[in-house]
Amino acid sequence: MYQKKYYLILLLILISFSFSCKKNEVKNDAQQKNAVKVGLVFDVGGKGDKSFNDAAYNGLVRAKTDFGIDFEVIDPGDGSDRESALRKLASNNEIGLIFGIGFIFTEDINNIAKDFPGKKFGCIDYSVDTTKTIPPNLIALEFKEEEGSFLIGAIAGLTTKTNKVGFLGGMESALIKKFEEGYKQGVSYVNPDCKVLIAYVSVTGDGFKNPSKGKEISLSQYQNGADIIYHASGLSGLGLFEAAKTEKKLAIGVDLDQYKEAPGFVLTSMVKMVDESIYQTIKEFKDGKFKGGIKSLGLKENGVNYVYDDNNKNLFPDKVRQKVEEIRNKIISGEISIKK
Amino acid sequence: MNIIVSILSLTFFAQVLRLFTPYFLGANAANFSERAGVINIAIEGFMITSALGYALFTYLTNNIFLGFVCAILVNLLFSLLYALFVIKLKINQIVAGVGFNLLMAGLAKFLIVFIFQSSSNTPRIPDLPNIPYIQDIPYVGEVLSDYIILFSFALIFISNFVLFKTKFGLRLRSAGENPEAGESLGIKIRLYKLYGVLICGFLSALGGIWLASNQNSFSDGMVAGRGYIALAAMIIGKWKPVNILFACIMFAFFEALEITFQISGTFIPSQIIQMLPYLITILVLIGFIGKTKPPASDGIPY
Repeated sequence: MYQKKYYLILLLILISFSFSCKKNEVKNDAQQKNAVKVGLVFDVGGKGDKSFNDAAYNGLVRAKTDFGIDFEVIDPGDGSDRESALRKLASNNEIGLIFGIGFIFTEDINNIAKDFPGKKFGCIDYSVDTTKTIPPNLIALEFKEEEGSFLIGAIAGLTTKTNKVGFLGGMESALIKKFEEGYKQGVSYVNPDCKVLIAYVSVTGDGFKNPSKGKEISLSQYQNGADIIYHASGLSGLGLFEAAKTEKKLAIGVDLDQYKEAPGFVLTSMVKMVDESIYQTIKEFKDGKFKGGIKSLGLKENGVNYVYDDNNKNLFPDKVRQKVEEIRNKIISGEISIKK
Repeated sequence: MNIIVSILSLTFFAQVLRLFTPYFLGANAANFSERAGVINIAIEGFMITSALGYALFTYLTNNIFLGFVCAILVNLLFSLLYALFVIKLKINQIVAGVGFNLLMAGLAKFLIVFIFQSSSNTPRIPDLPNIPYIQDIPYVGEVLSDYIILFSFALIFISNFVLFKTKFGLRLRSAGENPEAGESLGIKIRLYKLYGVLICGFLSALGGIWLASNQNSFSDGMVAGRGYIALAAMIIGKWKPVNILFACIMFAFFEALEITFQISGTFIPSQIIQMLPYLITILVLIGFIGKTKPPASDGIPY
């Protein structure tokens, strides 16, 4: 009986050793082969969130049609499997470039990039820590959301009739605070008397996927006098669009053009060129020009923008547009500086 | 001052009612099951299944009524399955409940990826109709014309009446309190346990349908722990419909209060308010607000 147990333990040790050996082999293999496939791991919310993750996916699809590259995506669902999803893609020897979508990946992707020096990595919304160096095979794509949100704030401040606008945040975190700060400053820059009602869905990542609560918060903001609400809350924002439709007031989308969510009630959207940055990174990777490091994308680099097209033209007077374009130039020239 | 005005407003009242509905339906669902002696901690899972079922079948058949009926049928089927495990096969009810929660959350995600190629939500579905005329009343019309919210008002009386004033309720409770005694008087105990589980499936289905209809779609994780809060409300309410009502109102009230506090930007951090209902739950559980006593043979297979 006891002997049996020892054999079992011995077997387990052997198995675990065999796994650790396998990993090294794969790593060496990958360095020899020319790996062209692209891997990508989604953030909370996953593919189909009509926002951030879909933007990333669009970039992949575009790269596939233009460059003929192949890709593989993983939708990790809950937090704990994020790191293993990255590792799984990194140890696949056909895959040469791996993306992590979302600031939640920052720590994990740093470590994994060190473990797989032969592979290239990209992280969208990487939260930059100046005290740490990042591995040379990692490109940290950081967006200046505060600049885009400043413009959105200016639009809201110029359009509001009640002198009250709302902000709906997902998870109360440094990243979403950047949206909030830019928005607040934009509003008060054009309309110092305008009040901003601020609320967050939650202090955890679940705040990005609770549309019912998003709707309740938005309804409260509308009923407290706000006539425009800007959200940065992933899936929870779908609740905002429902509220905008019932209250017949305006909403502002985020990450992608969210006009379709509530046609007629979406003033504009703060778009982050997540798709473009992924597309460009893949292009550089394919041409062998991949360069690691931090890449900050703001108004100047066209990394953030607001939507103005046929759909929302009639909600958007020319006067507002001119003023906003002026502000854009001032931000680019450095005349307006935005506190984070 | 501003806050007091907003709390006393009708819109605040309407918001509390909206937040209250899924809790109350879920808590009553769990209560019927536990009164019959079957612990069902899978309320969360049942609400997920029915929310998805409603969105999915409404989308596929393009008929809200069919979607509604199908969602309830799906939940009743799952309730039968649950009953098979815990009543017929006498599996530990906590284990079965955890299993169902995991199964249903996973299944929902699998189905939306499989059918809609989206890991987060279904396409948009039409609105659930409201009662005409009443819905035109300002501020509260939308809430008071919602069939499910109105049903949950009625449920306050229905569940009290059914459990404590009818022969059926007496027999159901005997299954949860002392099944041997009930059996000796000729009551088919296992049948009554099955009734309890089925009523639980039906009521939690209404909770899930309400959540999905409120959003006009299903999205992954949208139940967001409401099933567990419903269980807490049932325990705080000491398995009595009237107390459960107050427990659910408390949860809804504090949630609405937290939103109001955030929006009006007071010096009190909203996180403190957010914490209060859970603090009260813990205080109740450690016996500050009187001992909570479940039905005597709750959770014991018979």
